[in-house]
Amino acid sequence: MPNISHHPDEVPVVSYRFGKGAANIETYLQLGGYESVRKCVTMEPDAIVAEMKASGLRGRGGAGFPTGMKWSFVPKQSAKPKYILVNGDESEPGTCKDRLIFEHDPHAVIEGVIIAGLAVGAQMGFIYLRGEYRYLLTIMERAIADAYAKGFLGKNIFGSGKEFEVISHTGAGAYEVGEESALMESLEGKRGIPRIRPPFPAVVGLYGGPTVINNAETIATVPHVFRIGGAEYAKLGTERNGGTRLFCLSGHVNNPGVYELPMGYNLKKMVYEVGGGIANGRKLKAVVPGGSSTPVLLPEEIDIGMDFDQVGKAGSMLGSGGVVIIDDQTCMVEFALRTMKFYQHESCGWCIPCREGTDWLKKTLTRFHAGGGVEKDIDNIRYLSENMLGRTFCPLGDAAAMPTIAFVKKFRHEFEAHLDGKPCPFAHAEDLALA
Amino acid sequence: MSPNEQNKSKASIFSPELAARFDKLVTLYPVRRSALIPMLLYAQDEVGYISEAVIQEVATRIGIFDLDVRNVLSYYSLLRTKPVGKYHVQVCTNICCMLRGGNELFEHCKQKLGVENKQTTRDGLFSVEEVECIGACSWAPAVQVNYDFHENLTTAAMDNVLEHYRSKG
Repeated sequence: MPNISHHPDEVPVVSYRFGKGAANIETYLQLGGYESVRKCVTMEPDAIVAEMKASGLRGRGGAGFPTGMKWSFVPKQSAKPKYILVNGDESEPGTCKDRLIFEHDPHAVIEGVIIAGLAVGAQMGFIYLRGEYRYLLTIMERAIADAYAKGFLGKNIFGSGKEFEVISHTGAGAYEVGEESALMESLEGKRGIPRIRPPFPAVVGLYGGPTVINNAETIATVPHVFRIGGAEYAKLGTERNGGTRLFCLSGHVNNPGVYELPMGYNLKKMVYEVGGGIANGRKLKAVVPGGSSTPVLLPEEIDIGMDFDQVGKAGSMLGSGGVVIIDDQTCMVEFALRTMKFYQHESCGWCIPCREGTDWLKKTLTRFHAGGGVEKDIDNIRYLSENMLGRTFCPLGDAAAMPTIAFVKKFRHEFEAHLDGKPCPFAHAEDLALA
Repeated sequence: MSPNEQNKSKASIFSPELAARFDKLVTLYPVRRSALIPMLLYAQDEVGYISEAVIQEVATRIGIFDLDVRNVLSYYSLLRTKPVGKYHVQVCTNICCMLRGGNELFEHCKQKLGVENKQTTRDGLFSVEEVECIGACSWAPAVQVNYDFHENLTTAAMDNVLEHYRSKG
């Protein structure tokens, strides 16, 4: 079980029940659990959506789409049933926050799903967990059974006469399934291949019905929005970036861990104060701010607030909250290669630019890092990546291309240092953390 | 085929508990096929891998062709059509684990167990696989043995993990 990290700058909202045994439904109730949904059962759906809009909560999966607005896109009338789908296929390298939510606060996910259902008029919700998270599926199944036993789920939730069913579901290993349309395919028992949009899931989604797809952290935040109030929640963050989020600090910092910090928290402070600075007395070389698919930032670029807009302005993305800190003894060509090896492995093969692009990039980077590179390769790596951008059904192609372009642009000198059959200049530095 | 043989072929290859679980699982969703991926994973947990018999029975239970099952199972990286060791050691070498010694840990596991990637020890106890991100980035480097996470590892701590499983037998 992963340990919970603490820092004085943390503002526990979604993590406020972590470590308090809230997976137990009685404890959850003692800690104010299911109060928000009780409030929502009596509210008009429009009022629920309005409160979500006021919260400024934006999707925690990576794209940062405003949650209230997403919910408002679901048509009021629908011939087909509507669904809520929770994306717990957490697979973006650098991201390990949903694990803590499922482990420590599974009822918050259930409560959030019910509220989303009340808001859009859905009567069924699915909680999709990646296959590797088996122990969390067990926790989730238990929590759902307990909620049914209490009458919080079923034909007559909280005695309101309204119906809501929740099913937890396991995947079986696939990064691509974290993409919303591939997620629906997977839940329908198929290969996780993306669908073309439009139509968007809010109109035609799961089983052809209007579907709201939210990240697990987003959904787990929903009850807290109603606990503290939308406007109050919004104030915790920055303009148009309401609230707090879980940041997963990893790599070469002294105190890696998952920390809940206000949106807009300074990245430099996050690295040096929350993360405790660079391990082993080394210097900072780079930061990947939001999971492996976000463009890398240089040390002089990290004096920015961590919200969707400010990181966007700095030429990267806030993404999924996975902050990867890289020290000066790391080979960025190797880092780029390992990143690409991942995307090549995970490309579903549906769109040619992604399938072929990731494969050629992996081959080129492998040869290049091994000392078999020629100068032309450097531009080819960038050119190949640029030609993948925006040419695929889903964002996986972009996710592979964007960081690669940044690696070449910002670390060209390191690529050049590998030319002419020279050995990797950082090969000596493999003594890292394993002493 | 004699009626007897027919009955035999209809008997479930799964334990009564798992068969009962599957009976329920296919009715939960709006369509039966939604149960496919969980069924394959749970079947694998019991049988050890997705055998021909698993494919046939799952296809029959859902009411789809065995080809549909094969098509889906080849997509998901946790699903395998060959047995692995009793303890399947999955070492993450993705970026966050790599930065904290994931590659060295992977080499160490292979060397310690005397096998290469995706191979099984002769006694059938261990197999090793290099895997992509398992969601333990802040507690890297990490491995999963079957479904159990082991985090913040060093080579010495890894030896203890392997010893723990070896003593369980």
